[in-house]
Amino acid sequence: MRHTKSLLGLTAAAAAMAIGTTVALADTTIEFVQWWEPEMPAGALRGIIDGFEAANPGIKVKLVSGPFSATHDQIVAGAASGTLSDVVGLDGAWVNELAKQGAIAPMDPLMDEAKFDRSQMADIIKVDGKSYMFPLASFVYPVFVNVDMAKAAGVDKLPSTRPEFANAAKKMTHPDKNQYGWVLPLSLQVPNGAQNDVMSWVWASGQSMLKDGKPNVDNPAIVDVLSYIKSLNDAGVISPGINAKKEQDKLEEFVNGRVGMMIHSLALLNLMRQRNPNLNIDISALPAADGYTGKRGLPYASWGIGISNNSEHKAEAWKLVSYLVSPEVNGKLVTIAHAFPGNVNAKPDLSKADPLFVKAFQIFQSGKLANEFVGLPVAEQLQRDMDVELQKMLDGQETPQQAAAATQKQWLAEFAKN
Amino acid sequence: MRLVPLAYVAPATALFALLMLYPMVAVLRYSLLDRAITKRNAAFVGLDNYQTTFDDPVFWQATGHTLYFTVMSVVFHLLLGLAFALMLNSERVNPTIRSILRVLYILPWLFTAVIIAIIWRLLLDPEGVVNGVLMSLHIVDFKVEWFSSSSTALHAVTFVNIWAGYPLYMVSLLAGLQGIPRDLYEAAGIDGANPWQKFRHVTIPQLTPIMISVALLDFIWTMQVFALVWMTTGGGPIYATEMLSTYTYKLAFSRYQFSLASASAVLLLILSMSVTYFYIKHQKAR
Repeated sequence: MRHTKSLLGLTAAAAAMAIGTTVALADTTIEFVQWWEPEMPAGALRGIIDGFEAANPGIKVKLVSGPFSATHDQIVAGAASGTLSDVVGLDGAWVNELAKQGAIAPMDPLMDEAKFDRSQMADIIKVDGKSYMFPLASFVYPVFVNVDMAKAAGVDKLPSTRPEFANAAKKMTHPDKNQYGWVLPLSLQVPNGAQNDVMSWVWASGQSMLKDGKPNVDNPAIVDVLSYIKSLNDAGVISPGINAKKEQDKLEEFVNGRVGMMIHSLALLNLMRQRNPNLNIDISALPAADGYTGKRGLPYASWGIGISNNSEHKAEAWKLVSYLVSPEVNGKLVTIAHAFPGNVNAKPDLSKADPLFVKAFQIFQSGKLANEFVGLPVAEQLQRDMDVELQKMLDGQETPQQAAAATQKQWLAEFAKN
Repeated sequence: MRLVPLAYVAPATALFALLMLYPMVAVLRYSLLDRAITKRNAAFVGLDNYQTTFDDPVFWQATGHTLYFTVMSVVFHLLLGLAFALMLNSERVNPTIRSILRVLYILPWLFTAVIIAIIWRLLLDPEGVVNGVLMSLHIVDFKVEWFSSSSTALHAVTFVNIWAGYPLYMVSLLAGLQGIPRDLYEAAGIDGANPWQKFRHVTIPQLTPIMISVALLDFIWTMQVFALVWMTTGGGPIYATEMLSTYTYKLAFSRYQFSLASASAVLLLILSMSVTYFYIKHQKAR
């Protein structure tokens, strides 16, 4: 009898285990690698993902989170080894190479199957005509101005043209007080200064660095901008140490009152407020060339999203992607992240937003997003190549014309190789 | 029974094969292919990637910088390490002060490369403490852009690496100094040797095996330094601090040229192995 009871017990335990295993097997777990979770308030992204899991029983999402640069390295390594996560957080600069490598999947078949309305997306990043990335949230880069410093220097109006900006920067510069008008980061470690702080001047005036999708860096509009930046450097209005400065150095110098103006992502507005609650900040669109009256180009960075080509769960991955770009969820995500939506129907909740964010939204609506590096091959290397030539120019080794021509030559070589 | 000794070394051999040998062979293989990883069915191209690497002037700049950085670091690590070890071993210094100095001098060794880079980026900022002190002492009359100027960046990075690495020598040589028999100094004293002669003819010969071992290891490690250079200058300005490690990293993670990066990594490996040969020869001689 005892033996029978034991046997029954064992059978029951085995059955329970089998049921448990079956239940566990029924759940599909997909990985989602991104750098967004650390940049959002604690638990915010997990909360959105919990909403997805509740709406899609049987799908679990494992968030693989890290800082931006570490995530980039992880994605490159994952692409190389075929172990890329199912859903991939993407920067526009990575898309071309990952797509050509076959590491990320074209989403067109998935969109067609789901009858996804493409027109609801503000932008879709394509390579060779195939859709690889949805920009989910866009962070614009306006000019931040330290209002108190500007007023003390006699600058009463936010600069709207290049001459006005140069004039304001000169007035705010006092090297004896370690105070400068502008900050320009050209470190080669993270070379995005070429994009955010240099080419943004070109795009602000509706000009371009490309012609028919190919490099056109040695055009007069870009030489003008390089000459302008050189003139600011020659006038001593740029905070010293340009060649070793990174994006975070800009923010540090600005919040500590060492520079009067900077071009920076709106995403870090909260951080600026936290770091210096007394800082009186205002923002404006990037100054344009004198006489330009068209729509202002606004540089931006985005949190993009795509699907791994090696994923065995593409259908589930697509469900997550389509959930995150849906109007309601997208609106919620960008409200938390202080970004602008990738879905044109999404409405960020501005009722409790920082007044500067509301102002930025107006600038965003009256201008147009502009970042020509998105989707280009080896985009980060193109920025680094340009940084090197800019460093040579500011060091007096090259004229603006020579810097533009040298960049053009290197970019053409990179395009030919890729 | 004969297999028993082999069984003992099998786990270590398996780990070595998995963690060291396989990656090395894989990198060597990539270096012989055309666009490995990024291209499906990458073709065998022999030594073409090595030829392309040799044709790149930036590779030679990086090699020169790596050798300067390494040689200067090893030499100054040795001099500083020896000086501090002698100070900490000296009976003329109060034991309490020696204990305090021992803790202070070893501090750089406790910091990770990231922390060291942050500390020195702040100290050597144009508006930083170092310029402040130098200007107040009238040693310089302008804000030196240590990491940002192509004329100072390589020296600044090398200086930071020297600061970060001397404690290894200090600790090793201090242990060596404490192991030198006192009889040797007494015998030298009876023979009329002065302190310098004791140092020259007793201390140095006794420490030489340790110095050679540590210097060779340091040479190999320093040649591969990446994080410190990357975090301070990123190989710039222009190519002023480009090292073989940063050059290789950029080829792989910025240009996605994994075959060229592999070729560059293999060349760095050969350079390191040539020093390893001397290290093994020296160890065998002992």
